[in-house]
Amino acid sequence: MERSEKNSGAVRRVETGVTPAGSPEKRDARLGDLIPGGGTAAAPKPSRKKFNFFDATEKPTEWLIRLCGWSSIIGIVAIFVFILKEAAPMLPRLNWGYFFTSPRWIPNPGEGNAPSFGALALLVGTFSTTFICLIIAVPVGLGAAVYISEFAKGKVKETLKIVIELLAAIPSIVWGFIGLMVIGPLLQSIFTAAPGSWWGHVMVTLHLASAETGAAQGTNLLTGGVILALMSVPVIVSLSEDALRAVPDSFREAALALGANPWETVRRVLFPAARNGLLAACLLGMGRAIGETMAVLLATGHNLRIPQALTDPVRTITATIAAEMGETVNGGPHYRMLFVLGIVLFIITCGINVASDLIVKGVKKANQA
Amino acid sequence: MNTAGSNPFAPSDFERRKFRRVTRNKWIMFAFCAVLAVPLIAILVDIFIKAAPVLSLHYLWDNPVNKGKAGGLWAPLLGTFYLVIGSLIFVAPIGILAAIYLNEYAKEGWLNRTIGIAVTSLAGVPSIVHGLFGLGAFVLTMLPVINRVVADPNDSETKWEGGLFTASLTIAVMNLPVIITSAREALGAVPQAFREACWNLGATRWQTIRTIVLPNSFSGILTGIILTISRAAGETAPILFTGATFFKWVADSGWEKLFPYNIREPFMAMSMHLNIISTQISQMPDRMKYGCAAVLITLILFVNSFAIVLRVWLRGRKRW
Repeated sequence: MERSEKNSGAVRRVETGVTPAGSPEKRDARLGDLIPGGGTAAAPKPSRKKFNFFDATEKPTEWLIRLCGWSSIIGIVAIFVFILKEAAPMLPRLNWGYFFTSPRWIPNPGEGNAPSFGALALLVGTFSTTFICLIIAVPVGLGAAVYISEFAKGKVKETLKIVIELLAAIPSIVWGFIGLMVIGPLLQSIFTAAPGSWWGHVMVTLHLASAETGAAQGTNLLTGGVILALMSVPVIVSLSEDALRAVPDSFREAALALGANPWETVRRVLFPAARNGLLAACLLGMGRAIGETMAVLLATGHNLRIPQALTDPVRTITATIAAEMGETVNGGPHYRMLFVLGIVLFIITCGINVASDLIVKGVKKANQA
Repeated sequence: MNTAGSNPFAPSDFERRKFRRVTRNKWIMFAFCAVLAVPLIAILVDIFIKAAPVLSLHYLWDNPVNKGKAGGLWAPLLGTFYLVIGSLIFVAPIGILAAIYLNEYAKEGWLNRTIGIAVTSLAGVPSIVHGLFGLGAFVLTMLPVINRVVADPNDSETKWEGGLFTASLTIAVMNLPVIITSAREALGAVPQAFREACWNLGATRWQTIRTIVLPNSFSGILTGIILTISRAAGETAPILFTGATFFKWVADSGWEKLFPYNIREPFMAMSMHLNIISTQISQMPDRMKYGCAAVLITLILFVNSFAIVLRVWLRGRKRW
């Protein structure tokens, strides 16, 4: 309140020049109400400021705000601490070399056998689906972002932006459902062919159907990759569009003045200028693909082996956690191992996020210099 | 003299080639956009056509019967509704206050930078890791503490289990970065001159925020809250182990039909229901699966279109 008392003098000086509409007393009362500690010199008794709960609790509120400001740090640290706490008893006992190189993930072996925790097949599953996703999503996402940001106008632009936004809003379980019920059977019917027919030859050569029966499975690596691509495209498009919009218009005008046509402007001027932002967009799209759970659980076929062909079913880290956590014993080795997988995921995605953040920040610094 | 063949302004072959390339690339990029839009619409139409036999008001109002093979979706719908409300109670105040801190109080420096990185990292944490966190922190650590304080050891009815409370907290943590980012954007859109004018009238920082900044950014913050709602309603992985269940008995009539869930007991949710009926139950009729997916999609798109309409309306009446 010190500040308001200091300033009320200045306000009073301004106000004295104004002819009041009502009587002097009325005006003073009004001023007193409006300005804390206010009122003119002529006023015999400045009206007292009413008690206001929000003003009275300003200091505690500021501390509350400060505390909430730190909430995201608290959140990220708590996530790490609690997952580490659950996984901790397993960490010193774990053979990390075996964990990363063996494809044998046998958490519940038969009587008398020791469980085997080799996560190679899961890691390969995660990274192969992500790779297929990126092959599809990066060109489509960047192309769509360039079109929306540089070429589309008016209604078309608005419509496309809304479509991208709705694409981002569809929940992952629905994507999984689409993979399982729509895209999977579709791919299956395309790839399946009678053995010996020319189409069967093509499919077998491309490793899309099995050589013996000519059968293909609907939920597989390819379906998972396509679904993940549809899910990460909105991320890539919206972030790339931001990056392209951040390029100053003077760059475009300079390119235009040199006689460059729109495509040359995009390729020779905008892409180099927005390079880091576009890279960060692709990284975040990749982060989303790695961390996606329900879609890959439903759409990749959930088979524990290293894929040999595009139509082999695979299993990812996320899907393993989601599928197996329900059947573990709390505190058992299997349970702890799923938390270890969680830590691996957490570290991968956090690394990707911090890297993309640093890339974008690097751009900002370079632009200021 | 000025025949078409000798027009000095006619484009050369080189220029024509370049022009053709621009047109071609433009169409290729448009095709990329079409690749996104057309299959999406086709798939949605397909889902709705296959769901059409079951879609009716009864489908929404009836409870699932026989493991979801018949009946409607009332119980999971209501569970999702309560989950959204529960998570909003936790995340909306904290997220908005955090955004206020970041936009109005924080100074440039290492702390602000760290918070920024924490927000982006939190946004990138996979949903299943949020689920693991909810299991470890809320279900296995917090609930035993609560039980020691409030539960009667002789009466298992008073015991708290993983349920609406824990699932709401997990979803709230997951949505924290979403609401911080969008609310901060909304606060940042209020011109600095508004704040300076208010300070010059003698208002303190908190008075300025309360009377000037928040009212002027209200619609933007509301958009963020709507996006949070749509995300909370659709997520499955975080609630898998923190309280969602496939079956919980819900009364078919009376007041109990509206308030069937206790915050300390497991609940049903739309996303969980869709997950289970499309993967775990054998001989599930296809129309029930498609019906559930169609209702979930409609719900999410309805909520999101609210946000879009709000934003368009907001841009239309912007005065600065």
